[in-house]
Amino acid sequence: MDAIFLSRLQFGFTAFFHFLFPPLTIGMATIITFIEFLYWRTGKEIYDKMARFWFKLFMITFAVGVATGITMEFQFGTNWSEYSKFVGDIFGAPLAAEGVFAFFLESTFMGLLVFGRDKISKTMRFFASFCVALGSTLSAFWIIVANSWQQTPAAFKIEGGRAVLTDFFGAVFNPSTIPRYLHTVDASYITGAFFMMGISAYFLLRNKNVEIAKPSLKIALIFALVAVLAQGLLGDIHAKQVAVTQPAKLAAFEGLWETQTGAPLNLFGIPDPANETTNAKIGVPGLLSWLVYGDTKAEIKGLKEFAPEERPPVKATYWSYHAMLFFAGWFILLVLWGAFLLMRGKLDTNKPFLTLAYYSMLLPLLVNELGWFAAEIGRQPWIVYGLLKTQVAASPLPAYQVLLTTILFFVVYSGLGAVVVYLMRREVKKAMGEEFSTSSPLGISAGK
Amino acid sequence: MDLNTVWFLLVGVLIIGYAILDGFDLGVGSLYYLLGKTEEEKRLLINAIGPFWDGNEVWLLTGGGALFAAFPLVYASVFSGFYLAMMLVLLGLIFRAVAIEYRNKVDDQAWQARWDFLFFLGSFLPALLFGVAVGNVAKGLPLDSAYHYTGGFFGLLNPYALLLGLLGLFGFLMQGTTYTMLKTEGVLQERARGLFSRIWTIFVVLYVLASLYTYLVAPALFVNYSNLPVLDVIPLLAILGIALTPQAVKAARYGTAFFASSLTMAGMILTLAVGMFPNWVPAVDPNLSLTIYNASSSQLTLKTMLIIALMGVPIVLFYTIYVYRVFRGKVKLEQDGY
Ligand code: HDD
Ligand code: HEM
Ligand code: HEM
Repeated sequence: MDAIFLSRLQFGFTAFFHFLFPPLTIGMATIITFIEFLYWRTGKEIYDKMARFWFKLFMITFAVGVATGITMEFQFGTNWSEYSKFVGDIFGAPLAAEGVFAFFLESTFMGLLVFGRDKISKTMRFFASFCVALGSTLSAFWIIVANSWQQTPAAFKIEGGRAVLTDFFGAVFNPSTIPRYLHTVDASYITGAFFMMGISAYFLLRNKNVEIAKPSLKIALIFALVAVLAQGLLGDIHAKQVAVTQPAKLAAFEGLWETQTGAPLNLFGIPDPANETTNAKIGVPGLLSWLVYGDTKAEIKGLKEFAPEERPPVKATYWSYHAMLFFAGWFILLVLWGAFLLMRGKLDTNKPFLTLAYYSMLLPLLVNELGWFAAEIGRQPWIVYGLLKTQVAASPLPAYQVLLTTILFFVVYSGLGAVVVYLMRREVKKAMGEEFSTSSPLGISAGK
Repeated sequence: MDLNTVWFLLVGVLIIGYAILDGFDLGVGSLYYLLGKTEEEKRLLINAIGPFWDGNEVWLLTGGGALFAAFPLVYASVFSGFYLAMMLVLLGLIFRAVAIEYRNKVDDQAWQARWDFLFFLGSFLPALLFGVAVGNVAKGLPLDSAYHYTGGFFGLLNPYALLLGLLGLFGFLMQGTTYTMLKTEGVLQERARGLFSRIWTIFVVLYVLASLYTYLVAPALFVNYSNLPVLDVIPLLAILGIALTPQAVKAARYGTAFFASSLTMAGMILTLAVGMFPNWVPAVDPNLSLTIYNASSSQLTLKTMLIIALMGVPIVLFYTIYVYRVFRGKVKLEQDGY
């Protein structure tokens, strides 16, 4: 195991773990802000109770999101020093902007909400929730800018072996920023909404906490409905962008080996890189060409167009992409069913729906990761697409050191994961057993 | 003043902001067991820093981002060079973050004792290691022609760097004690007072030792001062802070004490920055030093970043001050707790 492989493993693992939490944070913060808005406007006590309950769960995920994000910020320097030297002129600015425009906002108002909820007015409470949601959504923007530049570099020149900025807005709004940002934020809404839907369904199945479960389920379902349907459109826009900017990746997504006109969309198929073919294909002829270029006859490049060492790992890219689409299909079915039940006034009582909503609660977390796998593995062997290979980007570290820290991260993060699950379950159980206490979430507050 | 110098100063300001603000909560965490004896005292301490620690830590994140953006070669060389030490800091910060948020989630002694320990460890490790890192940079690093650090992990643990590590630690402890006096009353405040006078004495001894030792191992740091004697006001600021802090404590003016202790921190960091200028990382072979010119980003990036900073920072200061005002005054535990 060399240091480069280990650095990849470590980055992949820490990013994987970190990204379990931000989508929940962004999604829940947004929905909680909506509930706070209702409370602010109507003053109804039920909205206050709802906001307090969801905020408790929100805090648990937020803490781990913050803790694991710190690692991410410094890992480019510690593990990817050659990458950092190459991209620093462009890549650092969005990270700094994220601190100034997003993290400060998010964390400052989070502190206010956790410790000062009972010291501030209803209006201020809404405003603080709004700032937390806004901060987390902005932080997603800046980090996606950084990642998107590395996927589809723009507005730079190469000088002295480094990428040098030629136009800030050109780099920020590179070809994949907007599609990726909208897709990721919408995915976060799906994540938050499914989570709240699942827990509300659980309460209803147990006939506990019905008072807050009913309105929560309704709000979450409406969020989920809109976000899931929008995701079909946003994903499609995103795929078109990939077809233009990263044709090798698109070919891997689709398991397409031969360049062809009227390319089919594979609904199923088993890619076989050794024989450069995809077996057991079930496809709709011409559909891929049509989706990408609006013309069933258009030409799509196949993998054979690229030298074997310039192709991404086909199997991993293909399967993660297809799994994402498969689950997207499931989400659409589920939310449409929910919408149908809602219209007929049976949302709270339909056991099969509630059960499935409960079991689907965490699926979007998985789908987020699958999406990133597709995007990041599909980018290989490049760390900066077309400019710098992953192989030469790592820090020149002794392998044993990277091994040691990777093991440490595995151990510590596994422990954190276990604690989060424990605390979540505890909070949910507590909410089912007792009256709601109206004290601040830590039961304590600072200052007077 | 050119953009490179401006950014050298701005990164310096971010580091100072971090040292002052996260300084007080790292200090409180490092003294956690000495300050807080009972459950109630521990809660008071956690609640005293609770609303602020995350915002304070963002100074570090933004400092890291700004260093990356403005001086990518420094970011890359130093953080990869200090690999294991850096990872220890990160683990510390992870433990601390989670401990503060989760400690009071479960009313169980064993649970709380575990998080208490992680809170202490996660504060103590970074508080010590930041100074060790600064010491190594100040002394000069063995860099090769690709700006890779070649000294190994144990090379970082030299006596000079360890001395600066201790100096930094005691600086943080002063922040922690003065902040505790400001935010608490009664027993806790008395205990912080008692600890303060001992900490201050040790700090002064370390400060003198470090100054002398620096003269021996890094005489280059004094060159700027002899070329431009007016710069001597900066170390004088630090010394003013050191002298003022115990006076203010004695007079029970804790706000002033916290301010004076912060002035000490700022003065110390500026003293070093002025000595290093225009180097970021003096190398053992001076030709390989990373300076604010050869390690920087392009002028366009520096300019863009300056615009971002000028737009963003006033807003940040505005709402940060607002939140500190909401929580002004002494911390109290509310009766209706859990
Ligand atoms: C789509 C959104 C998204 C993505 C792709 C990432 N993050 Fe993240 N990150 C967030 C969205 C987010 C967030 C929602 O804003 C978090 C979660 C909890 C929080 O406080 O903020 C956060 C926390 C967080 C923190 C702690 C902030 C604090 O102390 O308040 C840091 C330093 C990072 N992240 C850095 C990164 C880096 C370097 C990433 C790239 C590999 C990354 N994040 C991916
Ligand atoms: C922003 C700068 C980023 C850089 C420099 C970066 C770099 C890398 C690198 C070097 C790898 C290892 C590639 C491999 O071994 O195949 C990787 C993988 C990965 N990245 Fe990114 N990445 C970035 C952003 C992100 C973001 C924002 C996420 C989402 C949280 C993310 C998620 C992943 C995942 C899940 C993997 C694992 C894929 C694998 O195992 O190969 N990355 N990334
Ligand atoms: C109709 C459904 C969908 C389509 C057509 C679609 C399409 C895509 C495409 C083409 C990419 C790769 C972008 C790249 O390689 O740069 C991607 C990535 C991603 N997808 Fe999806 N997607 C769909 C549904 C979903 C759903 C339901 C979720 C989560 C709940 C999701 C989460 C993600 C994430 C987090 C990424 C990685 C970030 C990015 O590159 O945007 N997707 N998706």
